[in-house]
Amino acid sequence: MPLVETLCKRLTAKEPVSVIGGNTKAFLAGRLNDEPVSMLEHTGIINYEPTELVLTAKSGTTLKEIESCLSEARQMLPFEPPRFGDQSTIGGVMASGLSGPRRMHLGSARDCVLGVRLINGLGQHLKFGGEVMKNVAGYDLSRLSVGAFGTLGVLTEISVKVLPIPEKEQTQVLQCTQAEALDTLIRIGRRPYPVSAASWISGALHIRLSGAASGVESAALAIGGETLNDASQFWSGLRDMTATEFNSAGEWLWRISVAPTTPTNTLDAFCFDWAGGQRWITTEPNDLSPFELAARLGGHATCFARDREAGTGMQPLESGILRLNHRVKEAMDPHGLINRGRLLEEAH
Amino acid sequence: METGQLVAALAAGVQSDRVLFREQDTAPYECDGLTMFKAKPKVVVLPETRDEVCHVLKTCKALGVPVVARGAGTGLSGGALPHAEGVLLVMAKFSRILEIDEDARIARVEPGVRNLAISEAVSHLDLYYAPDPSSQIACSIGGNIAENSGGVHCLKYGLTVHNVLSVTVALDDGSIVTVGSDALDSAGYDLLALTIGSEGLLAVVLEVTVRLLPKPEEMRVVMAAFDDVTKAGDSVGNIIAAGIIPAGLEMMDGPAVAAVEDFVKAGYPLDAEALLLCEVDGTKEEVADELARVEAILKESGATMLRVATNEEERLLFWKGRKSAFPAVGRISPDYYCMDGTIPRKHLSLVLRRMREMSERYGLRCANVFHAGDGNLHPLILFDANDPDEVKRAEDFGAEILELSVEVGGTITGEHGVGIEKINEMCVQFSSDELTQFHTVKAAFDPTGILNPGKAVPTLNRCAEFGKMHIHHGQMPHPELERF
Repeated sequence: MPLVETLCKRLTAKEPVSVIGGNTKAFLAGRLNDEPVSMLEHTGIINYEPTELVLTAKSGTTLKEIESCLSEARQMLPFEPPRFGDQSTIGGVMASGLSGPRRMHLGSARDCVLGVRLINGLGQHLKFGGEVMKNVAGYDLSRLSVGAFGTLGVLTEISVKVLPIPEKEQTQVLQCTQAEALDTLIRIGRRPYPVSAASWISGALHIRLSGAASGVESAALAIGGETLNDASQFWSGLRDMTATEFNSAGEWLWRISVAPTTPTNTLDAFCFDWAGGQRWITTEPNDLSPFELAARLGGHATCFARDREAGTGMQPLESGILRLNHRVKEAMDPHGLINRGRLLEEAH
Repeated sequence: METGQLVAALAAGVQSDRVLFREQDTAPYECDGLTMFKAKPKVVVLPETRDEVCHVLKTCKALGVPVVARGAGTGLSGGALPHAEGVLLVMAKFSRILEIDEDARIARVEPGVRNLAISEAVSHLDLYYAPDPSSQIACSIGGNIAENSGGVHCLKYGLTVHNVLSVTVALDDGSIVTVGSDALDSAGYDLLALTIGSEGLLAVVLEVTVRLLPKPEEMRVVMAAFDDVTKAGDSVGNIIAAGIIPAGLEMMDGPAVAAVEDFVKAGYPLDAEALLLCEVDGTKEEVADELARVEAILKESGATMLRVATNEEERLLFWKGRKSAFPAVGRISPDYYCMDGTIPRKHLSLVLRRMREMSERYGLRCANVFHAGDGNLHPLILFDANDPDEVKRAEDFGAEILELSVEVGGTITGEHGVGIEKINEMCVQFSSDELTQFHTVKAAFDPTGILNPGKAVPTLNRCAEFGKMHIHHGQMPHPELERF
């Protein structure tokens, strides 16, 4: 029996269902209680027409396959999703809602989703959104399902907006402190330069410019600094978190999402991305203080430590928002059957 | 419920001169931008404080009275059509810009602030708010949140959902929550995405934080005429295939061009079957580069005429024509009915051909304006509202266009919302299970269903009725049935 049909049947019979894609992000957002089913066999690009700027794929299709298909037509996923392994799937990308460096310029995973098909907790296979850029019919349940770690429904198909690969990319490096880097970005942000990524790490601000060659070159001149030679390697290291700075043994890695202008003296980050909107810190193992810190700064923290115990991953929610989260979960999965133990259900 | 009783309950928490109930006072609110549907609200409340909004919600929830929130009333799908038994909550007095943070490039505003007023308030900082619906002079940001409004620059700069960081809302029980934050994402489910475009069925907007963008250094627009719509449509695909995402990409068909040119004198060629406006923006160097490439592509795609606006005045004139398309069509017909389907662009010529057939069959003229970059089509059906038969034919014509949009893989509404206008066509686009899922999500926010009932998502009964009537097309009565 095809996988989708099996899952629908199990949910109709009120059996718990847990799903994973390539299982490359199992360390995020709680731990599954039930033995998961892999969506990897539910694979294939269903529709891709470059001039329509839309790609639709089954959720088990690997990111690798999608990116190689897109690059043949000189297109890309605008939000540069992190790749934590070759098995990483488009379903997993959307379930986790993670975005890479280009997010500050072309939007997040959620921003680029145009439609999904999902199996809700009643075992119904439903379609929301579609394959067109503008679509306001019905509530936006496709964007709601991004970042839900599968707890609102099993994603089976995803339609995503794609964009042309820029004609030219160039990265300028400016040696400076983190505070100086933020000041520089505030200044640059007021100018219409084609900045597609901005990150500070190891004492240097890296600004990537993307677009028409002439525009990139003139902006690079105005911004100054040195041009980076192996820029694509640098940005991959940041995107996929393979840069050595992300792998300090014995410490816990945390992502702190805050307003990009948040002063650096309030937050001791070893790296920031998204022009300051995404900061990376480390703590001693089992130190949960980043949650308080992030809340105080009006943002939120996510634990990226791979070796932690369950139940310490996601920012506790404020009571009014928590109540709405539970109600939304109940609306999509009334018997609480899908991906038990993940996201809201992790124990704090 | 007696009007007097309701007024008294509302006045217990709202200053009495902000509660209107006499017919002469409520009459101006009987419809929004979709004038084909009218209903007098029982009471109109014009709150000025959050406490007053919350009092209205708590009171109405306790009494089981429907509440319809309204911004500037420019919506084109009847989303703010009053409920005859309910309260119309007019948010117009929430019109303050609360904070502009030029470093963070954000503005915090109340829901009654006009869309264009935001850009005007930050213009001296060389910033602007990107989504620009045609009604931007008048429409409010609260309404933009409800509808997830678009505009002519969506392909490059996104819809409302892509340009809003957070929204503070009042829930059905009068409690206040903020969804989203000043950070780029938030913990838990993406309730911000769910709230935006929910057409006032989930919550009432009290405050909005929008993202601002630096004004482009330069904007240039090129106008291209075609003797064939298919060629014009293909040229759009060719521009995108070349890796160019223009800031704006708009198309008009012959009848629309004729109406506009007569009205605005924008210099549009009257012999064109289709006219394309393509705008590129960015730094001076980028613009010069892209403009040259766009011109070459348009020529290769068979444009019969090409003109680049030589100065800012001319650029604005080219755009004025496009932005005046609705009123221009209003001049050549007593009334017009604006549709809003989105289609995969590759089906454009098929859809236009089918619409011409419909136009003949229904005996009504139709002019087309088209956000060509993103496939959002606005056919304007011309009719006379004083002729009941024409009204009916216009409605049927519109419904058939929407069904065609779904048939080719598109949607019944790209940016105007479902409201009351397209509620029947929701039955065509979604299955019963999908509609039921929408209803349960609604109930998660508003279990007693007091917020804007009867809009956006049809009941299954209504779909059953509609389905039956649909078979006997042409005999469908005015769809008042179960409207509320």
